[in-house]
Amino acid sequence: MHNFDLTLDRLTKVEGSASLEVRVRDGRVEHVHFKITEYKRFFTQAMQGKPPVALPQLLSRICGTCSNAHLLCSIESCERALGISPSEQSKILKALTMYGLMIRDHALHLYLFALPDLFDKDSFLEFDETDPVQRQLLHDGFAIKAAGNFLAKLIAGRSVHAPYPTVGGFTHVPEKEGIREAIQKLNDVRPAVLRLAKIFEEAPFRFDRKTNFMALVSEGDRYGFLEGCINTGQGECIPEQYYREHLEQVVLPYSQASAYRHEGGAYMVGALSRMNLAKDKLHPRTKDSLGATLDHFPSTNVFHNNLAQAIEILHSIDDTLDILSSRTFVQEPPIKKEPHEAVGIGVIEAPRGTLYHKIEVGRDGLVKRGEIVVPTGQNQINIEEDIRGLVEELLPETPKEKIIFEIEKLIRAYDPCMSCAAHFLKVDWLQQ
Amino acid sequence: MTEIMNDHWEEWKKLLDFRHARVLKSKNVLDELDIAFVEGAIASEEQEQQLREIRKKTKKLVAVGACAVVGMPAAQRNYFNEEQKREIEFLVARFAALPKVLKVADVVTVDAQVPGCPMDPDNFLKVLGEVLGEFQTQKA
Repeated sequence: MHNFDLTLDRLTKVEGSASLEVRVRDGRVEHVHFKITEYKRFFTQAMQGKPPVALPQLLSRICGTCSNAHLLCSIESCERALGISPSEQSKILKALTMYGLMIRDHALHLYLFALPDLFDKDSFLEFDETDPVQRQLLHDGFAIKAAGNFLAKLIAGRSVHAPYPTVGGFTHVPEKEGIREAIQKLNDVRPAVLRLAKIFEEAPFRFDRKTNFMALVSEGDRYGFLEGCINTGQGECIPEQYYREHLEQVVLPYSQASAYRHEGGAYMVGALSRMNLAKDKLHPRTKDSLGATLDHFPSTNVFHNNLAQAIEILHSIDDTLDILSSRTFVQEPPIKKEPHEAVGIGVIEAPRGTLYHKIEVGRDGLVKRGEIVVPTGQNQINIEEDIRGLVEELLPETPKEKIIFEIEKLIRAYDPCMSCAAHFLKVDWLQQ
Repeated sequence: MTEIMNDHWEEWKKLLDFRHARVLKSKNVLDELDIAFVEGAIASEEQEQQLREIRKKTKKLVAVGACAVVGMPAAQRNYFNEEQKREIEFLVARFAALPKVLKVADVVTVDAQVPGCPMDPDNFLKVLGEVLGEFQTQKA
């Protein structure tokens, strides 16, 4: 088996469509092409000529899964361009919107995409209801997802393309009855999340490779997804507005999406990066319940991305319970400002990693240009380098089918989102 | 659909046999289908062919969500001005995309649709119930 080509036409149990090509010559990997095969929808062109307030609802359509992350990132970029500082309450409602998204989105990935590999099943729905462990997991998975959904609906109006968050504030605030119900639901699923973390802590899958981990890390004392500076994992923390000088765009002719490097090297974004860089800022109750589980981080095992996702669900629940049981919300009119010539940059941590939205507003108050950098594009080169390492570890003894399965498992651990990655055209951005 | 499943998985697990759903499973079979739910707009000839193949193999075809039902937002490039069209030309050519993005009904006959972005879960359940009802009537 010295020379062979390995192709995988369509990856499964991931968001959107991607394919893979690995070429092995003389027992060495010659190339790895991770191809994102979703067709471009040219959102960066479609932004042009629109008023900033129209952008968040348009750009949330980049993705059906993490739409609320695009929504909040776009709102941030528009608010910065318009010179709006969101109120304290808006910031909290945004944080709660993100928590709802993290709970639902991570649970979707862990139960429906990742867990079948651990139980040697083709699909989560094939879990055996007569087996007490598997039956419990089926119930746990759908209950956690439903609780995240309920929270998103209460705070943002919907778990997908939420209507309440808007440029300048929220058009609705949560009511007492809904808050009470959300607290109940989140408390109910908390033990299920602990079971989930245990499963991924004990999972036998492992792939280690040294790389750089990057994430937006809060400068305060609480683990969050919306504020902070961009920690490069190399002792630097870059202010949001300078992000572009640190990301080098790479065009891969075989993929519909752009890839990125930092200082010439690949890097990883997502739950594992956040956990590696900021586990000390997790909610005290989360830390208390998980104890020594947190000692796994910092970790270079890509499969620990799954464990990090489970921990983030727990943190999201614990911080939400704290906020909802200690706060009241009052209706505030969204802050309005007239658009003027300006640049606005939004940076947040979406479930799959750092997400950047940038807009440039012209003198006429309309959007001249925009740029969006998504997590999966940033992970692309790192994924390819990992696959290369994995295949070289498995050669020459492992049969081809087994190699393919192992590669798919590895890619799945990243939780890539192809719909997000293939949405726009390379922009040559003039330095501001 | 994976969200509607939160409340309906127990019922669906008994009632439905998911033959081909890449988001749910790896071993997919595209043979004889009773109902095909199609999401997404059509951007290439390959996708057109795949859709025709699905149509041939399914008794009922339901288009789900705005992308499938009206082609948007992918079809926003159909309405670009000349300058924007020039900017994207080389990419449309590189990946052999269709000159215009199509909705599902532009390519095949659609039996039912669930419009909206996001689609309305109640409407989806209503359409699912109706189509399943037709099969049950036929059996009886």
